[in-house]
Amino acid sequence: MKTMTLRKVKCALIGPGNIGTDLLMKLKRSPVLEPVWMVGIDPASDGLKRAREFGIKTTAEGIDGLLPYVEADGVQIAFDATSAYMHAEHSAKLNALGVMMIDLTPAAIGPFCVPPVNLKEHVGRREMNVNMVTCGGQATIPMVAAVSRVQAVKYGEIVATVSSRSVGPGTRRNIDEFTRTTAAGVERIGGAAKGKAIIVINPAEPPLIMRDTIHCLTVERPKAAQIEESVHAMIGEVQKYVPGYKLVNGPVIDAENHRVSIYLEVAGLGDYLPTYAGNLDIMTASAARTAEMFAQEILAGTLSLEPVTA
Amino acid sequence: MKSALEGRKITLHDMTLRDGMHPKRHQMTLAQMKAVATGLDQAGVPLIEVTHGDGLGGSSVNYGFPAHSDEEYLSTVIPLMKQAKVSALLLPGIGTVDHLRMAKDLGVHTIRVATHCTEADVSEQHIGLARQLGMDTVGFLMMAHMNSTEGLVEQAKLMENYGANCLYITDSAGYMLPEDVKARLSAVREALKPETELGFHGHHNLAMGIANSLMAVECGANRIDAAAAGLGAGAGNTPMEVLVAVCDRMGIATGVDLWKIQDVAEDLVVPMMDFPIRIDRDALTLGYAGVYGSFLLFAKRAEKTYGVPAREILLELGRRKLVGGQEDMIEDAAITMSRARKSAEASQ
Repeated sequence: MKTMTLRKVKCALIGPGNIGTDLLMKLKRSPVLEPVWMVGIDPASDGLKRAREFGIKTTAEGIDGLLPYVEADGVQIAFDATSAYMHAEHSAKLNALGVMMIDLTPAAIGPFCVPPVNLKEHVGRREMNVNMVTCGGQATIPMVAAVSRVQAVKYGEIVATVSSRSVGPGTRRNIDEFTRTTAAGVERIGGAAKGKAIIVINPAEPPLIMRDTIHCLTVERPKAAQIEESVHAMIGEVQKYVPGYKLVNGPVIDAENHRVSIYLEVAGLGDYLPTYAGNLDIMTASAARTAEMFAQEILAGTLSLEPVTA
Repeated sequence: MKSALEGRKITLHDMTLRDGMHPKRHQMTLAQMKAVATGLDQAGVPLIEVTHGDGLGGSSVNYGFPAHSDEEYLSTVIPLMKQAKVSALLLPGIGTVDHLRMAKDLGVHTIRVATHCTEADVSEQHIGLARQLGMDTVGFLMMAHMNSTEGLVEQAKLMENYGANCLYITDSAGYMLPEDVKARLSAVREALKPETELGFHGHHNLAMGIANSLMAVECGANRIDAAAAGLGAGAGNTPMEVLVAVCDRMGIATGVDLWKIQDVAEDLVVPMMDFPIRIDRDALTLGYAGVYGSFLLFAKRAEKTYGVPAREILLELGRRKLVGGQEDMIEDAAITMSRARKSAEASQ
């Protein structure tokens, strides 16, 4: 019997930095995705060299270096791990060729996607660009949603603490973008009437594993048993793609103040990024998970991507 | 000659209505703010900070919801000031440039952009904008005992490059001893441009508030933080009325009237304290172990709820190398410690 090669959906990655490389390693393991191109802008970059070592085609000509090969190489999904500033152009050019875009930058041209909460909705709507919010958003929004699906949340607040080594210069230069985007995600996807996000960067050595705290204020007295069950079920959903997503304490139910607090730790898989950088791992894992769900629909013939002009 | 520092002139920066918000659990009334700010203004204090204890945008479950918004406090105090200017604190990661613009629009003169002492590069956006808006712009390096002298110099220069016209070395844990202050402030003074001002913010957990402030002046600092009756996190800030008295004796010009600032402390601030601001065992532990000052009340509350002594919680937070803003980890640590104690008891 001949070994069957399963058909996979071909992908391109833009941005060969730490995130792009970690994502590439995850995609290499996917049963439904096949990374074929890595796009960079510096021919001498380590990231492009690494990608070539993984057997991926590379270009240092930016997005325009990829466009002529999209059709011939059958690229259907692209990941953008560059910057918000570059993303609009990347998305417009690739969408025009019928390539679906998964945005890991804070640009948020497309709707927010937090896989266990609203990924199915996006696949159903055949979105051509989805945004992965922020690392803190991926880690905390599922918990806000776990509470808000039980009862109304009037206020959701998250505190993401990350190791200094895991925060790159882009995030540092525009830390407000993190707080604003995450707070918006807590509201829109988490289901809190009002959202707030706080980020703390801790330089301790050895580096601390990402910690996330979620505080929800419920309208009515918190329904302890249902919240507990919902939170544990949601953690199980996230653990499907981030095995190091762990409840440390809680849900603490402060009945008098209608407060529900959940204390998490997020360890990464340690593909390319170190395990303490759970904040970066949860972004690449969520992006990969999102692409896989779209790919399954494409392979099943239930989703066909069409060119979109802006 | 009164002292080797005779003839020096310093700017005292009042903390009563900002750092003092911590022991008040951010519940100061507008009437209290008005009375204290007016008293400080009349006493000649040139600069008064008014914000949530954790700075603009600090209103949260994590740090505590205040009795009034930053907007309400600022717009109540600023129009009453005859000579004093008002400052506001901003911690990137908690507050944003939107808060900064709001503060500027309400008439805030000085913005202090605060980061942990190794993370100055998150302040570029906020310092840059404040300077562009023509504000007196201060870079505020917190928990300064957690960085080496060379490291602090590097971080201070980053903030200076972003546009800060004044740099603060901040002893948020009240951990530093005069020799620590000397090493850090002299090196930073040396590295900054001569026109960049240098400031020191002390806490009194080891009773070093005055001594450290004087050492800072000796090393070239010209802005010193203090609070009437010491109202501030932990065992409080450097007590303003004491510092003014000492400066008077030493011939350091502050422009603050000693009798008037004494009266503000005694007649207005002490009566509004929820508990005496003193070096109790938990505040002393903060200073001894180098733990962020505003963790104090959170640890005391966690002791009540989870039965783990506050001192043990604070020591654990020190071991975990927590930085300012990680108040969420106090309940987390208390629960984990309480569980460990119970299972230890059960196995006995």
